Amino acid sequence: MGIIKTVNLIFDYIRHDDETNTDEINHALRDVSLEIEEGSFVAILGHNGSGKSTFAKLMNGILLPTEGTVFVSGMNTNDENLLWDVRKTAGMVFQNPDNQIIGNVVEEDVGFGPENIGVPTEEIWERVDRSLKEVGMTAYRLQSPNKLSGGQKQRVAIAGVMAMRPRCIVLDEPTAMLDPNGRKEVIRTVRELNKQEGITVLLITHYMEEVIDADRVVVMDDGRVVMDGTPKAVFSQVEELKKYRLDVPQVTELAYELKKAGMPLPDGILTIGDLTDSLAAIL
Amino acid sequence: MLREITLGQYYPVDSLLHRLDPRTKLFGTLVYIVTLFFADHVLAYAAAGVFLVLAIRLSHVPVKFMVRGLKAIVFLLLISVSFNLFLTPGTPIFQIGFLKMTWEGLVIAVSMAVRLVLLVLGSTLLTLTTTPNQLTDGLERSLGFLRKIKVPVHEVAMMMSIALRFIPILIEETDKIMKAQMARGADFESGGLIKKAKAMVPLLVPLFISAFRRATDLAMAMEARCYRGGEGRTKMKPLRYERRDRLTYLFYLAYLVFSLFVKIAL
Repeated sequence: MGIIKTVNLIFDYIRHDDETNTDEINHALRDVSLEIEEGSFVAILGHNGSGKSTFAKLMNGILLPTEGTVFVSGMNTNDENLLWDVRKTAGMVFQNPDNQIIGNVVEEDVGFGPENIGVPTEEIWERVDRSLKEVGMTAYRLQSPNKLSGGQKQRVAIAGVMAMRPRCIVLDEPTAMLDPNGRKEVIRTVRELNKQEGITVLLITHYMEEVIDADRVVVMDDGRVVMDGTPKAVFSQVEELKKYRLDVPQVTELAYELKKAGMPLPDGILTIGDLTDSLAAIL
Repeated sequence: MLREITLGQYYPVDSLLHRLDPRTKLFGTLVYIVTLFFADHVLAYAAAGVFLVLAIRLSHVPVKFMVRGLKAIVFLLLISVSFNLFLTPGTPIFQIGFLKMTWEGLVIAVSMAVRLVLLVLGSTLLTLTTTPNQLTDGLERSLGFLRKIKVPVHEVAMMMSIALRFIPILIEETDKIMKAQMARGADFESGGLIKKAKAMVPLLVPLFISAFRRATDLAMAMEARCYRGGEGRTKMKPLRYERRDRLTYLFYLAYLVFSLFVKIAL
């Protein structure tokens, strides 16, 4: 069994009127069954309102399923006794870097998680040192988070999660509020954690460029998983992606147009290198 | 203009004052404030002044940085000084129309101004040298006994520390909203006090909405990081009194005795 497994997951946002009668039901997730392998880098893509953020929040018990189950390393998130173990196993990084940093000094913020789970003092320091090193923020440990750039703040947030020694990190659009440099910085950090520490990464995003290096891409639309496969496999279906209002990376788009115009190019070209190689072979 | 408020901002340098236990600093601030309130002799003010100057020197915080914080209370200072100057009955110095300046008023006004300035500088120094987390820890430990009568000490301390953390963020946000509205023709500068206050209303609504949104986000982030109140929590920086703290307490004692002596004997 994978580190995360969802079985027939359904989630409805229910709005109540004044007399607690159900007023409006918004189906955010309709029957999602997914299994995520430990150590893999999985990207979840989807347009606004596709249910991808809801899916992320269900992964560590911030939201609980309306129907169906979520297992995090075999633990059911519905089980109240296991809630804190679930959250220790699956850490979460959110979109807005300002709204998830609690400490006024970088190192204190990184130590917040371990403090909450009752780690002894000396070990907290070890974990903070190590997490800051992992995200490359050791030089900023005594700074105020307000003085950092968006990308740096997000790296601090990632260190804060890492200090809890999770086996899996769920990142809910961590780059949506960052500039291109910050975006690269964060994605590089996440990828390194995945490669070097073997942390399972679940990256939720709508930037295509960030998912090229993922092991697996899952596309969601209207609360359902509509595509699932390697980046190559998913991005070769340009027409279908467009149907879900998603763009493909620029290079892929160019290759697709060239192919439509009659060039014998292979499917699923993801990087500039791929394209130039294929073109050189033809010309 | 809003960025200049320094109250509640940590100034990260390494100094003796930074390294002191937050409980020591909290107690010191308390002693300092209490002595300021019962001071009624020049010597007592001088002692408080010396106390403050010494603390500032030991804190390695640039004086410029501290004085900037005073700008926020200039208005308050002016009001209290002029009220005391002109509305205290006693021997007149001079009189213009119904405005009468008295010797008694002058004495009260000056001592009031000195008191306010010393008060603000002293408490600013506390937050400049103590991170909100340390402050929270200090308060939580010092007031821990209140838990016995069901005061949620940890929760209150946590709220305070979060409020302090978000002051600069919300100030920046206010600045942003102000600029956005000024760009669309809003006027915050002209008109009387009432007009200015009215102009603030459209500023406060978006600010409140955003603050609530931030609060929801933060609560979620805290829960995701396993926060569940003070129960079973360990500390990254547990509070421990060192030699320097004990020496500082001795210094407080000397200061307190001197102030009391001035109060009673002179």
